Amino acid sequence: MSAIHPPAQRIWWKQPLDKIELAWILIAFVWCLVMFFMMPYWHVYGKQNLSNETYRTTPEIFAKKTQEVVDKHTVRTETEEKIPVVRPPAGGDVYLIARLWAWWPILELEKGKTYRLHLSAMDYQHGFSLQPENINVQVLPGYEHVMNVTPNRSGEYAIVCNEFCGIGHHKMVSKLYVVDK
Amino acid sequence: MADATNLFRTCPRTGLQWHKPSEGLIKANAVAAVVSLLIGGVLALIVVLTRWQAVHLVGPEDFYMYLTAHGLAMLAYWIIFFEIAVLYFASSTLLKSRLAAPRWAWAAFALMVIGVVVNLVAVFRGDSTVMFTSYVPLPANPMFYLGLILFAVGALIGCFVFLGTLVIARAEKTYEGSIPLVTFGALTAAIIAIFTIASGAIILIPTFLWSVGYIKSIDPLTYRMIWWGFGHSSQQINVAAHVSIWYAIAAIVFGAKPMSERVSRGAFLLYILFLQLASAHHLLSDPGFSSEWKVFNTSYAMYLAVLASMIHGLTVPGAIEVAQREKGFTKGLFEWLRKAPWGNPVFSGMILSLVGFGFLGGISGVMMGTEQLNMLIHNTIYVPGHFHATVVIGTTLAFMAVTYFLVPTLFKRELIMPGLAKWQPYLFGVGMMVFTLAMMGAGTLGVPRRHWDITFAGAALPYEFPGAAWLMLGIVGVSGVIAVVGGAIYILITVGSILWGKPIQVSGYSTERGVLKMPVAAALTGHGHAGFGAPGTFVVALVFLAAFVLYYFVNWKYLSTVWGLS
Repeated sequence: MSAIHPPAQRIWWKQPLDKIELAWILIAFVWCLVMFFMMPYWHVYGKQNLSNETYRTTPEIFAKKTQEVVDKHTVRTETEEKIPVVRPPAGGDVYLIARLWAWWPILELEKGKTYRLHLSAMDYQHGFSLQPENINVQVLPGYEHVMNVTPNRSGEYAIVCNEFCGIGHHKMVSKLYVVDK
Repeated sequence: MADATNLFRTCPRTGLQWHKPSEGLIKANAVAAVVSLLIGGVLALIVVLTRWQAVHLVGPEDFYMYLTAHGLAMLAYWIIFFEIAVLYFASSTLLKSRLAAPRWAWAAFALMVIGVVVNLVAVFRGDSTVMFTSYVPLPANPMFYLGLILFAVGALIGCFVFLGTLVIARAEKTYEGSIPLVTFGALTAAIIAIFTIASGAIILIPTFLWSVGYIKSIDPLTYRMIWWGFGHSSQQINVAAHVSIWYAIAAIVFGAKPMSERVSRGAFLLYILFLQLASAHHLLSDPGFSSEWKVFNTSYAMYLAVLASMIHGLTVPGAIEVAQREKGFTKGLFEWLRKAPWGNPVFSGMILSLVGFGFLGGISGVMMGTEQLNMLIHNTIYVPGHFHATVVIGTTLAFMAVTYFLVPTLFKRELIMPGLAKWQPYLFGVGMMVFTLAMMGAGTLGVPRRHWDITFAGAALPYEFPGAAWLMLGIVGVSGVIAVVGGAIYILITVGSILWGKPIQVSGYSTERGVLKMPVAAALTGHGHAGFGAPGTFVVALVFLAAFVLYYFVNWKYLSTVWGLS
């Protein structure tokens, strides 16, 4: 009987399937398997896999490490606040701080080179959103996330915060430069 | 005994039997749900008119506060109040049973109402602007968490009243055989709800203690993992609930029977087994988890819960097709669909809910739930685009559709303005479909969610989004207003019908009650079609699959063009 009445057969799990249901279940299941195996496949053959390399840290330690890189590799400053633009050696470690409500420092990377990008938040949770590339990563306080990034186009990028972090959230935006050699 | 616990009445139109205490509780929860929807709807209008960058209605402080309240009022209060009403209906009314422990059910209702008031007062005081997710260490007033905890405890008691009613119905033999499919689906929802609320308690109680200064800190990553065990799983309650309602409406409007009870119930079992893993969907772009953990959990162990939804997506319209073909609408592949009662809001709301949930919510959900693809949309406005397709088009529209059926039989009033009711699901459903598509479009262009100003006015180093993003937000604004109007009509019709609808004459309460029987003929002739009963539905399903495959691989293609990441 209908769905708001008891099933006609008390032992409902012995009821036969409609052919159409069987066909659809098989098709859908195969598709589910394809989608499942795409993820490990991409880990082996794809070039865009988010690193899971993570360390516990504290805002003080992370700020200190960032400051060291800034002191060594700042090439110029921008805006009235004199935000340092850091150009680390190709293939080196770069640090990016997320805090209320700014990214610090500005990074300048070389196209085609791979960098170890260290991300952490000083206070609340933030969202690293690289535009117009549209790569988005969660940034948490207390965790140092190390991603290997390889810019493939030169130009000017923006880093937008896309995790709500309080009243100044919509002003938390910065630049990132990718330059040809 | 004349005491209310034994009083029942039978609705002359639908044959539904209402237990007096249960009837009052269903009414109370449904009214609380609609009041929540009203609050959430007003907030929705303000939020959407602010994100429409050309209008930009309110300032940032108000925007973030209203957005927090909008999420709570809709995702938690409107939906869960309605679900408690559905649980009582699916147990007491459908099984012709008395409701277990009505006093506990009233206590649950009181706790939920108090929780809502405490929580929303905290939000509107302005010191709890933390969004629905309240990610630590962003602080809220302790009342914020306390309100949520009270609400959740109330909902948990409601789930146990539902389970108790199933036990009573079985003990008192109010039905023959197994429980109906719709009750089975409601049971699925209740089981998931209990798990979900437990997760909520595990994280919200310590967070409350942290907010009053008793605990020093809450780890943000642990918070995210457990909170999403609550936050995402509660959306799975919605899925189980609205799929049950789809089956109920197919049965009510068409007298449709499930193509195969085994398949439909098996699919509900898959929900119970695998949906809880979905917390991972929100953690794919987080540090601190291994890829193995992410892949296994985000795919619900190889997409078995997605499989379940794909099965329901076929079997509900398939059951309708079989029923319609038996009535003689057999011409071609789609006569059964063309001759469906498109002017009946119970049907049109349900079918729009099903199609929108599958095509928009389902496909986008699986895309963004893929480990690597998630980076492309994480925290962009694509995410609210996706979940408005699932919980607004899917859940809310299904709830609206079933309301048009329930108001006359539950409140004993005719619907007012039936002509307007006819249009309501289209206005709301199509408005929301455009809205969600435009949101997803904007998200693909990188527009962040929960963001007051994409011009970044006042920032030292602003970024200029492409013109298409502005266009998308303009479409979000227009279609959002249309959907809000559709929602307002729903509230007008339901509240108006309850207050001013023409009373329907029904028999009074008595202690007599019927038993829910299996129809003898059906029991003798057997079960299942075991044929190829729904070719039209199958064709639509294949179109769905083609869209799914195409969209899925388009995103992989796009991913392959971005920066190298390892």
